[in-house]
Amino acid sequence: MSAPTLERPAPDEAALQRQFDATIAADHRIEPRDWMPEGYRRTLIRQVAQHAHSEIIGMQPEGDWLLAAPSLRRKAILLAKVQDEAGHGMYLYSAAETLGADRADLTDKLIERKQKYSSIFNYPTLSYADVGVIGWLVDGAAICNQVPLCRSSYGPYARAMIRICKEESFHQRQGYELLMTMMRGTDEQRAMVQDSVDRWWWPSLMMFGPPDDDSPNSAQSMAWGIKRHSNDELRQRFVDMSVPQAEFLGVTLPDPDLTWDEQSGHWRFGAIDWDEFKRVISGHGPANDERIARRRAARDDNAWVTEAATAYARKHDGGRPAEEHAGSAA
Amino acid sequence: MYEALDHAHGGEGHWAFGTGFDEPLAGVDTTVPDGIDPADLGEYCLVLGDDALVLAQRLTQWITAAPELEEEVAIANVALDLLGQARLLLARAGSVGVLGRSRDRATESIPDEDALAYFRDLDEFRNSGLVEAPNGDFARTMVRLLVAATVRLAVFTRLRGSRDPVLAAIAAKGVNELAYHRDHAARWVLRLGDGTAESHRRAQAAADTVWPLLADVFTATDVERRLTEAGVAVDPADVREEVSSVLTQVLDQATLRVPAWPADTAPRGRVGEHGPELAELLGTLQGLARQHPAATW
Repeated sequence: MSAPTLERPAPDEAALQRQFDATIAADHRIEPRDWMPEGYRRTLIRQVAQHAHSEIIGMQPEGDWLLAAPSLRRKAILLAKVQDEAGHGMYLYSAAETLGADRADLTDKLIERKQKYSSIFNYPTLSYADVGVIGWLVDGAAICNQVPLCRSSYGPYARAMIRICKEESFHQRQGYELLMTMMRGTDEQRAMVQDSVDRWWWPSLMMFGPPDDDSPNSAQSMAWGIKRHSNDELRQRFVDMSVPQAEFLGVTLPDPDLTWDEQSGHWRFGAIDWDEFKRVISGHGPANDERIARRRAARDDNAWVTEAATAYARKHDGGRPAEEHAGSAA
Repeated sequence: MYEALDHAHGGEGHWAFGTGFDEPLAGVDTTVPDGIDPADLGEYCLVLGDDALVLAQRLTQWITAAPELEEEVAIANVALDLLGQARLLLARAGSVGVLGRSRDRATESIPDEDALAYFRDLDEFRNSGLVEAPNGDFARTMVRLLVAATVRLAVFTRLRGSRDPVLAAIAAKGVNELAYHRDHAARWVLRLGDGTAESHRRAQAAADTVWPLLADVFTATDVERRLTEAGVAVDPADVREEVSSVLTQVLDQATLRVPAWPADTAPRGRVGEHGPELAELLGTLQGLARQHPAATW
């Protein structure tokens, strides 16, 4: 018989791990207060932060056309879309914060290039057709990637993804509708659409990440339920979905090897230039420097604003920064 | 009959912060009531519409450059509201046949709102110098928004009783939006004025730069005078006291000195006199549409 003790029993790591494993096995959700292995937490923070960064950096290539959108209706659609992306970034940073991360710290890591974002946003938008093609192909690829994440084992991320996917699918339809309108327009507009598809098709395929035999973290992420399908599987799904859409639109996808494989019921496509992918993801794409420079300027040039808001809150709201903003009263 | 306007922002649940994108005046009876001169009415709609369009464009320049993500969302909201007001007002001008020289260049298939926004020249724009001035830093942007929203809210509140039912409905819809814009800007002016020494200095400099832009805001044009008499428009002189009182209250609370009110001058922007800054803004706004005058988007 041991003497009674006031100390709580030391957490039994093995028991907690068993409980975690059972939750994952039963396909239930892990919530912020649940115990989770450090590796799971770290991997998720990285995954969610990269996703958040992608939303925020992704505002830039399309945002470059906001001031020059060729009709007021298109300007309103694009502005609402870019605004949605800021909103997505906010939900995702909040999801990362439930894991113990801090938004300002994650932003610093983005600016210091210690965390990545989707390589696709390092390509420039050269014509207004790019706005439509980003909606159709880039948002389309994002949807293929993200719909399975609505079943992520981490509750806050899964719930954020449900809302984000609904909005993404709306953006995709808006993008496709712009392209349809342009294809019904002048010869110049049709040429713009084809040129844009030529430039964005391959980078869109790269959005699914390296091929399965070169994706070192995938197996563990699949086991943890924070990745649901392999990169190649999702890429194939995207190609199968996009080929008939391209046909209906009246554009040619820039891949001479694209052929229908009766036996498997899939479209077979040509070799992806993985050297280009590695170059762009490691910081040497056409627009990497510009994208990061703009984030840095937004942080540094406005630091005095944030300091003022904090000082004001200290004086008037008992030290808590005001959480007003966002959302019209209308 | 005018409910369509009030519901332009409804039924878009799949958007984070909904907005309607369709033809602005679709389904609305655009008949001009007896005794109202359509040319004057259209001209007045350009005055109100151009203010909204130019300020929306200025605010949009902040997108991807704002201090916080929350502020990106808020600024985009304000810009979207103003863009929506601009579209309705330009469409109203077009519906009464006021299209300036834009129709010489824009093809038939281009809707009136776009013909007016994209194919008018600098001297045909009717916006005030207040919205045309560059953004400057965040303090100047917010002080200008405060001033512009305060003036516009005062005008729109009165316009709800306009004899033109379309204008009255546009104003009724806009009042809620403008109350939010004014509130959002006022909160920032408070934070900046009463924040740090640096933000106070910038906010004061902003007020000192923005106040002189009020010089021609309260002087009615001939069109405004005639339409005020006809019960259609609001004489800007009538809102001066309200505007002055609101601004003084906000600046006082923000511990800022209220700059001297400028002497009234004859209308400038309202009669088409603009500076190089508007020329630059329009160059960006109109460039692509003008490169492809036969295109529809």
